[in-house]
Amino acid sequence: MMSVRSLAGACLATVASLCVVAAPVSAQNYPTRTITMIVPFAAGGPTDVISRIVTANMAQTLGQSIVIENVVGAGGTTATTRAARAANDGYTLITGHMGTHAASVPLYPKLAYHPEKDFEPVALLAGTPILILARKDFPPKDLKEFVAYVKANAEKVNAAHAGVGSVSHASCELLNSILDVKPVGVPFNGTGPAMNALVAGQVDYMCDQIVNAVPQINAGTIKAYAIATPERNPSLPDVPTTAEAGLPAYQAQAWNAIFAPKGTPPSVIATLSAAATKALDDEAVRKRLLELGSVIPAPANRTPEALATLVRSEIAKWTPVLKPAT
Amino acid sequence: MELFANLAHGFAVAFSPMNLLMCLIGALVGTLVGVLPGIGTIATVAMLLPITFGLPPVGALIMLAGIYYGAQYGGSTTSILVNIPGEATSVVTALDGFQMAKQGRAGPALAIAAIGSFFAGCVATVLIAVLGAPLTKLALAFGPAEYFSLMVLGLIFAVVLAKGSVLKAIAMIVFGLLLSMVGSDIETGASRMAFNIPELADGLGFATVAMGVFGFAEIIRNLDAGSEMNRDLVQQKITGLMPTRKDIADSTPAILRGTVLGSILGILPGGGAVIASFAAYTLEKKLAKNPSRFGRGAIEGVAAPESANNAAAQTSFIPLLTLGIPPNAVMALMVGAMTIHGIVPGPQVMQKQPDLVWGMIASMWIGNLMLIIINLPLVGIWVRLLRVPYRLMFPSIVIFCSIGIYSVNNAPVDVILAGVFGLVGYWLIKHDFEPAPLLLGMVLGPLMEENLRRALLISRGDWSVFISRPLSAVLLAIAGGLLLLAVLPALRAKRDEVFVESES
Repeated sequence: MMSVRSLAGACLATVASLCVVAAPVSAQNYPTRTITMIVPFAAGGPTDVISRIVTANMAQTLGQSIVIENVVGAGGTTATTRAARAANDGYTLITGHMGTHAASVPLYPKLAYHPEKDFEPVALLAGTPILILARKDFPPKDLKEFVAYVKANAEKVNAAHAGVGSVSHASCELLNSILDVKPVGVPFNGTGPAMNALVAGQVDYMCDQIVNAVPQINAGTIKAYAIATPERNPSLPDVPTTAEAGLPAYQAQAWNAIFAPKGTPPSVIATLSAAATKALDDEAVRKRLLELGSVIPAPANRTPEALATLVRSEIAKWTPVLKPAT
Repeated sequence: MELFANLAHGFAVAFSPMNLLMCLIGALVGTLVGVLPGIGTIATVAMLLPITFGLPPVGALIMLAGIYYGAQYGGSTTSILVNIPGEATSVVTALDGFQMAKQGRAGPALAIAAIGSFFAGCVATVLIAVLGAPLTKLALAFGPAEYFSLMVLGLIFAVVLAKGSVLKAIAMIVFGLLLSMVGSDIETGASRMAFNIPELADGLGFATVAMGVFGFAEIIRNLDAGSEMNRDLVQQKITGLMPTRKDIADSTPAILRGTVLGSILGILPGGGAVIASFAAYTLEKKLAKNPSRFGRGAIEGVAAPESANNAAAQTSFIPLLTLGIPPNAVMALMVGAMTIHGIVPGPQVMQKQPDLVWGMIASMWIGNLMLIIINLPLVGIWVRLLRVPYRLMFPSIVIFCSIGIYSVNNAPVDVILAGVFGLVGYWLIKHDFEPAPLLLGMVLGPLMEENLRRALLISRGDWSVFISRPLSAVLLAIAGGLLLLAVLPALRAKRDEVFVESES
């Protein structure tokens, strides 16, 4: 029922937009056809889910459908390379994230694109906070004890991550650099196997996105020391922030944002940016994003200018942390 | 008692007209996907995921699950008819299945594959319902050391299943392991043997290599002078469509053993289903009174692996339903589907979402029933396909394979690579190297390497973990024993040859 109504809405909006602006100039009446949104990760992952929720609403605003194309491989850089080389007419966009548009710079020395030089920032969407997690019988009781324990037993502890270049890898390296420890990093092939090893107690701790961790924490199969955001998360009200727990320097979230190829007309960017920020203010969209444990940025932080600043600061943040790892 | 109440609830959910329809669509799409070479379940579930957004979550997941196990039924079809395994789990089916087809017995081979799958599916469904929660412990008991030992065992299976020279089989496994090393190093992210080709950064795809060494190589060989005659013979020889009473009698124990092996190995995350099919085949060959029949059209060689892979496909839902952790790529997509519907699977999903969990379990049984009803009549149609003249058949196979390979990653390079592997495969066939051990080496290689390195990272380089952990030690001991069994006859045969020569 719902989808029929939204479809009808989309059709009406299309008709309306066609009536209002029937001029031939391309950038003026953008969009006039289907937009492709490249998602650099598999369908069903956090970036994919956030993209789908937001673009469904944007499509209604824009009066054109937005098709998601999942292009996987090489930590998302295959897809991002493709997007960088796409036509800059506003009909090919990409949902980039912390990995593809910041951590990739130090991780892949031969990267075929540069996040700042090859893309126009459009809008910051939603981020998923990072948690410091440990196996349920890991001795430290809180974050302070954790820090002391890891520093004292740096030779013995094992930190799991979901593979080189993954969010959990980068955020764990950041934690290790702040603590000034070099534990053995045990790589897994994705978040699922890494979580399996943590639940089974084969590894000691890991840093991971909130989506995968909430049910395990609630079931008591693993424990969480802190959440690396300025505020507590509604889905885990009992987990303190890193600032509250005594490690304010550790701030990390896997942000997702829309980018367009370099040279996309400013009017197109403005249209897209407005549609994205409208979507993030929509009640239904907000509800679904919050259910996932995501953090929705304040309107001032969503703009193309704010996103450009974020990308610059994130590259600066991850470069010293990840450079020695490769 | 609680179990019956739960199952009754599950069937009530699954028997709603909407969910029955979803189950049927899933089973149909799954069969189609399994039959079309190259188009794998991962790609299909990923493609269909967006369509499920508009559906209620239970219906959506019933459909996606149907695609997954439906593909296990369909996957055997191309293995048997044209020697092209569509999935890693149906590689071994091709060994005897295709030989049966060549002898005009494609019908019984397809039918027994469907019957075995149905039986295994039913048993595994009951197993999930009854023993799901306790069996979860098995998934957690397997750490990196255990996985490594299991993979070693898996590679030994590959040696045992070779019908020709053991040395050549080992060479093929090593070649497969080498191919599996193409791509990014798991620990450092460094690129290995990728030659700066971005498409190789994530390694060679299974479908790419399988289509090449099995599908394209078989086509080239058939187009060789003289083979056309053989093809025509196949078409004239087709006898009965359904298995004879003797076939059923021969297959029954194989189906039973395959089901047990598949059910256990399916619970393990990672390559469980693949190892299950190879293990089931190996077990049958070892137990057979006359092992030389294997690889020459033994019906047990089709029945056992097909039962095993379907049982494994079903039991691989256990870690997802009880732990909330997806054991393989398709299950990860199912988690994605649940997430999009606002259900985040976790250890409590069974209590919190009884509709979803029990509805899905009940639908699996219904889906299996639908699949056997769909598949048995299809046998006749598939067999009739073999009567299509080869000059029309091979271009269609090439086109379908190419579309399938392209659709996996939307990468043209993959299609070119499959062509290259076709030539490699042709050379291998001409020199009596079997491609099956190569594929097993390629599938198990990354799992073996990653877990070896993980185990050694955690033990700080101490190799004794592999024998100090009991499960791992047992697996290695079985592997050692099997290797001995495989090598001994070869040694003895050599000695016999020596005697033969000296006598003459």
